[in-house]
Amino acid sequence: MLRLALLLLVALAAPLRAEEVVLGLSRDTVSITTNFEGSEILIFGAVKREGPIRTDPPLEVVITVAGPSAPVTVRRKERVAGIWVNTDAVEIDRAPSFYAVATSGPMEEVVRDTEDLRHKISIPRAIRSVGAPEEVQDAAAFTDALIRIRKREGRYALAEGAVDVTEQTLFSTAIDMPANLTEGDYATRIFLTRDGRVVADFESVIGVRKVGLERFLFTLSREQPLVYGLLSLTIAIAAGWAASAAFRMLRRG
Amino acid sequence: MMIYLPIAEVSVNAFLLLGLGGLVGVLSGMFGVGGGFLMTPLLFFIGIPPAVAVATEANQIVASSFSGVLAHFRRKTVDLRMGLVLLVGGLIGAALGVWVFNILKAQGQVDLLVRLSYVVFLGVVGALMFVESLRAILKSRRPPVPGAAARRRQRGWIHALPFKMRFRTSGLYISVIPPLLVGVAVGVLAAIMGVGGGFIMVPAMIYLLGMPTKVVVGTSLFQIIFVTAFTTLLHATTNYTVDMILAVLLLIGGVVGAQLGAQLGTRLKAEQLRILLALMVLAVCGKLAADLLLQPAELYSVGEAGAH
Repeated sequence: MLRLALLLLVALAAPLRAEEVVLGLSRDTVSITTNFEGSEILIFGAVKREGPIRTDPPLEVVITVAGPSAPVTVRRKERVAGIWVNTDAVEIDRAPSFYAVATSGPMEEVVRDTEDLRHKISIPRAIRSVGAPEEVQDAAAFTDALIRIRKREGRYALAEGAVDVTEQTLFSTAIDMPANLTEGDYATRIFLTRDGRVVADFESVIGVRKVGLERFLFTLSREQPLVYGLLSLTIAIAAGWAASAAFRMLRRG
Repeated sequence: MMIYLPIAEVSVNAFLLLGLGGLVGVLSGMFGVGGGFLMTPLLFFIGIPPAVAVATEANQIVASSFSGVLAHFRRKTVDLRMGLVLLVGGLIGAALGVWVFNILKAQGQVDLLVRLSYVVFLGVVGALMFVESLRAILKSRRPPVPGAAARRRQRGWIHALPFKMRFRTSGLYISVIPPLLVGVAVGVLAAIMGVGGGFIMVPAMIYLLGMPTKVVVGTSLFQIIFVTAFTTLLHATTNYTVDMILAVLLLIGGVVGAQLGAQLGTRLKAEQLRILLALMVLAVCGKLAADLLLQPAELYSVGEAGAH
């Protein structure tokens, strides 16, 4: 029975692979300048296919944009001796600094759980949490908290139905990126699904970079911290001296 | 106008920062305090990560105290020798403070420590100042009591300590241990809380060391420059948390504000000024204490991993 089902799956999958994604991005780099206020990226594309359009089941599109991942520590406050103190902590092995998912329909209809698990599409799947310390019983609450906090900050977003699909061929969506962006390579993935199964996927990269003064100061602070520190002090001393001099001039004048 | 801070990695309103710098500058010009103890909690409120707020504020204090000490040098109200002794203590204290800061940061308790220190110190200093200025106001309304003013110099345990040294400008001949300890304490505070420590050091110099008031402020400023400069460098090289753009915005506001503050200060009575300052200090303290005592809306917080 299982073998039969597998065979059927392979047979079905072969012609489906004939669909490919052709992608366009309104921009493939985001520059964080001094007056950066966030950015909106338009992601659009088309489905290239050899044969005629299959209409049943209909084509659905899922688009994800993920910022660079880093391990994070989620801490929980508890009341100790009358004050609220961080007590339990769970280290989450990998959490993207930014993660946006846009779909053409309700998440559970567009992507099956098994596909979600394999491709790590939905927000909870994109976060990898392996082990929590033994004293923490409810490790899931920490992952939920991470998602909740980052959703509130605009870092994580799930927009169901935000992808427009026209004639089963053209699709487009807009992803909002907040002002508090971390720099790095933002992996952009497009999944075409039918009946919850991924039939084609495509990956591209949006580079988010600090530029100009931001770039200069950030690099200096990491690569030449002593020079950076001394420069900060020089500016402070110069400003202090200038203030004192201006004071005297005003008093005299 | 929003400005993206390269180190803090947050976007903040530049005018808000200029305004904050200006406001605290006005206060420091009016009251003769560094203002760091008010600025750092204000930076927390607007969403600057505590570690960045503390390190950057140290950098800003370098500027304001340097500006202030120049004026005191012209008036010859800086006790260089005392300043150097306090400085030695201060550098030891700052190194100790950054070390403690890093250990606590790794354990996720740095916010707690910084906030607790603030609540305790703002509470104590605010309350003392409030009581003292209230008394001064009441006293100024009553007719002066004859013969009550003469206060005797304390000759306690402090004068029995070894390693005595002569401090000419202050007219003191005391052991170097108490000023050294005062320096260490202020250095630790500067590193952990991101404050110059003037509001702790000034009373300590007057009441513990018995220094004449007119040299206290200049000497304290002289010492603060070096301690905060050292703290800035340590934070910049170990934690990478000094945000130059943030510091510059605060500086500009602070410098302009200090000029206005100094002029405003001449129009108000000293006790009225002090009681206003005390009330404000207590208000900041109350807000921070409420954050610790009341149940927060979000029990979880997200931080950088690693370090342990």
